[in-house]
Amino acid sequence: MTMIVVSRTLLSLVLAAGCAPVLADEPEFTLQLREHRFTPSEVKVPAGTKVRLVIENQDGTVEEFDSFALNREKLVFPNSKGVVFIGPLKPGRYEFMGEFNQSTAKGVVVAE
Amino acid sequence: MLAAAVIVFRESLEAALVIGIVAAATRPISGRGWWIALGALAGVVGSVGVAEVARSIAQLAGGSGQELFSAAVLALAVAMLAWHNIWMASHGRQMAAQAHALGSSVVRGEAALTAIATAVALTVLREGSETVLFLGGIASSAGSTRFTLAAGGALGLVAGAAAGVLIYAGLLRVPVRRLFVVTGWLILLLAAGMAGQCARVLIQADLLPALASPLWDTSKWMPDNSVLGTLLRALMGYQAQPSGTQVLFYLAALVLIFLAMRRAQSRSAHSRSAA
Repeated sequence: MTMIVVSRTLLSLVLAAGCAPVLADEPEFTLQLREHRFTPSEVKVPAGTKVRLVIENQDGTVEEFDSFALNREKLVFPNSKGVVFIGPLKPGRYEFMGEFNQSTAKGVVVAE
Repeated sequence: MLAAAVIVFRESLEAALVIGIVAAATRPISGRGWWIALGALAGVVGSVGVAEVARSIAQLAGGSGQELFSAAVLALAVAMLAWHNIWMASHGRQMAAQAHALGSSVVRGEAALTAIATAVALTVLREGSETVLFLGGIASSAGSTRFTLAAGGALGLVAGAAAGVLIYAGLLRVPVRRLFVVTGWLILLLAAGMAGQCARVLIQADLLPALASPLWDTSKWMPDNSVLGTLLRALMGYQAQPSGTQVLFYLAALVLIFLAMRRAQSRSAHSRSAA
């Protein structure tokens, strides 16, 4: 009897662990960097929760995703992705930029 | 060109200030110039190496390699600066007396020199690798812009170095007896700032909770990209919108290192009076 209980518990734990990656908590948003411009340049994210921001660098040079407001700084290499976690944010506008190409690479995260 | 100058200036500022401050802080220790120069050189060589493998580092740990590497470098630098301050707390008073009496750098202090040379190397490495990557990106751009951007970069580097020289020269005017107190505080603030940065990169990689993002917002009074804001950021880790955990790490480093310094100082005072 105990063996059945134990093995059922173990089975449900294994299944739960296996499900965990699928049930990831954070909402995810993607920014594409092409010709030193972010697309979209305005990203609406939910306030009050951690958010996963993926930056896809489709340019041939390295860029640094930089934001004073979000307190984040990350190098993103050519033809690859960088992930930064932001928040939980209060509602508002949070500007970011590509530090190496500030005149064109800029955008804002809007938390609401 | 101005953009490149500003970027390189910002990157080199913190390293330059660290060098200027530790150079002044170790003034009576003989041979400290060589050690600091060696540390800086090691940092430059290291930053080129790191820039070469930066892409691979970034891919480690499921994409968090960059943050983990930064955090490790920062944590080690904090430990080195703390070690220096603790060492100075136990030896500072006798060093100041000796230096005052002998009037030149004749005091021995390999422990302190190892610590600061390492701290210098780590800081140059961290800031330098970003600069190398930035300049590398420039090198792959078109002809005439490449020259202007490189010139801008060189300008930024010179400006950063000038800031380091300025703080060094300014600190040299402080009388030796008070110098250690002043540089001790400056190094303490540098270490706390780095501890805060360590927290920031770990929060970015979701390895630490933010607790508040941000804890406060002083960007109206002192924006991060203002002149004063940039200076205070490099000197003491000022940020207009810091995360809660970042502030926690900052305060913890400040308090813990300060207490360790006090303990080292009182212990050395006791052993001297007992002798």
